[in-house]
Amino acid sequence: MDSVHDLGGVEGFGPVPLEADEPVFHGTWEGRILGLRFLMGFWGRWNIDANRHSLEQLPPADYLTMSYYEKWAAGVVNLSVEKGLITRDEVRTGQPAADAERVTPPVDAAGVLAFLPKGRPSSREIDASPAFKLGDRVRTARHMHSGHTRLPRYLRDRVGEIVLHHGAHVFPDVSFTMEGDAPQHLYAVRFDGREIWGDTAEPGHCVSADLWESYLAPAA
Amino acid sequence: MLSTWTVPDMTKKSDHTHDHGHAHTLLPSDPTLRAKALETLLVEKGLVDPAAVDALVDTYANRIGPQNGAQVVARSWTDPDYRARLLSDATAAIAELGYSGMQGEHMVAVENSDRVHNVVVCTLCSCYPWPVLGLPPVWYKSPEYRARVVREPRAVIAEFGLDLTDDVEIRVWDSTAEIRYLVVPQRPAGTEALDEAGLADLVTRDSMIGTGLAMNPEAG
Repeated sequence: MDSVHDLGGVEGFGPVPLEADEPVFHGTWEGRILGLRFLMGFWGRWNIDANRHSLEQLPPADYLTMSYYEKWAAGVVNLSVEKGLITRDEVRTGQPAADAERVTPPVDAAGVLAFLPKGRPSSREIDASPAFKLGDRVRTARHMHSGHTRLPRYLRDRVGEIVLHHGAHVFPDVSFTMEGDAPQHLYAVRFDGREIWGDTAEPGHCVSADLWESYLAPAA
Repeated sequence: MLSTWTVPDMTKKSDHTHDHGHAHTLLPSDPTLRAKALETLLVEKGLVDPAAVDALVDTYANRIGPQNGAQVVARSWTDPDYRARLLSDATAAIAELGYSGMQGEHMVAVENSDRVHNVVVCTLCSCYPWPVLGLPPVWYKSPEYRARVVREPRAVIAEFGLDLTDDVEIRVWDSTAEIRYLVVPQRPAGTEALDEAGLADLVTRDSMIGTGLAMNPEAG
C-alpha cells in the first residue's frame, strides 16, 4: 500500500537521531512488548507479512510519531482483536471477558529458546526455473495495490541489474493474506543512483533491493 | 475498519483530564502502564506464558548482540578460507560459529574494500540481522535514516563521523525481503599482532551496518 512507511527517498527529514551508549531497551516495557508480539505470533493467526501490514495500516501521523515499540504494541493489539484472540472490550477494561475461556500458551520459555536458532526460513523449493540470470537488465513494475508489497515506491519503473539470485522465497504480496506462500524467485537488483534520483544524485552510489520475479520485466 | 490505535484506551485513567487519546499526547510513563496492562490481559487469558517473555528479553538484552557479528568479522580477517565461505554462503559460515535463526535465516555478507563501501537499510520497516547484531538501534529504525540513506548515503554516513572520499563507491542494500545483510569492514592497519579476540574488540556494530569503520587499535 502507498503509505508513509514506504520512506525511501522522502525529503524533509533532519539529521539521523544518534544516541551515545544506547541501551538495548529504553525501559523494561519495550522488552515486554517485544516478547508479547513475538509470542502472540505462535498462535499462527498471522505471519510476518501480515504483521508488517498491520503496522503499515497505522494512520500516517501516528506511524511517524510513535516509537518502534509503541507501533509494535499497537500492531499486536490490532491483529489480536482482528483475529479474535482478544476483544476490544477486553483491551478497554484490561480484563478477560466474564465468559472467556482460559487457554494454554502455544509455547513456553524452553520452546521459544529452542525456536530462535531455527527461525522461520522463507526459502521454498519451486519447479519453475528463474527467468533472469546474473547481469540481466530488468525494469521494475509500476504496479501498486492497497495490500502489502515489498516493491518500494522509489524503485518503481526503474532499470537495474540482477546481481544476486537468492532462490525462491515466500511472496509477501500474497502471503500477508494468509492464503498461501506463492513462492517466486527472488533477486538482488542493483540500480545506479542517477537512475533513481536523476541528475541531482550524489555521485558514485548505487542501491540494491531484493525483488521478486513478478516485480520485474526484461529491460528493453 | 478497527480503530488502529486501540492501546491507549486500555489504561485511560479516570483522572486523565484530556479528552483525546492520541499516542503523542500521553505522558512518558504511559507506555509502561499500557505494556503492563496488555501483558496482564494476555497472561490471564492464557495466550502468553510470561516466563517466555522473560526468556526473550534476557536473550536479546544479554546474549545476542553485535559481539556475535564481531566474532564473525574477526574470523574472516584471520582465516582466508572462512572469509571465502562467508562471502559465498554467509548463512552457513555464520552458523559455523553458532549464530543462526530468527531474522537471520538467510544471510548475505558484503565486503568493503578501498574502492567499495557497503551500507544496509530497510526503507519499508526495520529489517536487521538479529543473530549477528541483536536488536536494531533507534537510529536504524528512524524515518530520518530510512528516508535519507538511499538518496544521500554520503551525507548520512558523514553524520556518523565517516567522510568517504568521492572515489569510493557506496553500495546501499535495502533489505526488502527476508535476506539479511552483514557488512564485513576492512581490517585496520597495525593489527598484525592481535589475536581473534583482540580483533573482535575493534569491530563495532556500526561498522557491520556500514555507517562506521572498524576501530583502529590505538583508538580501541
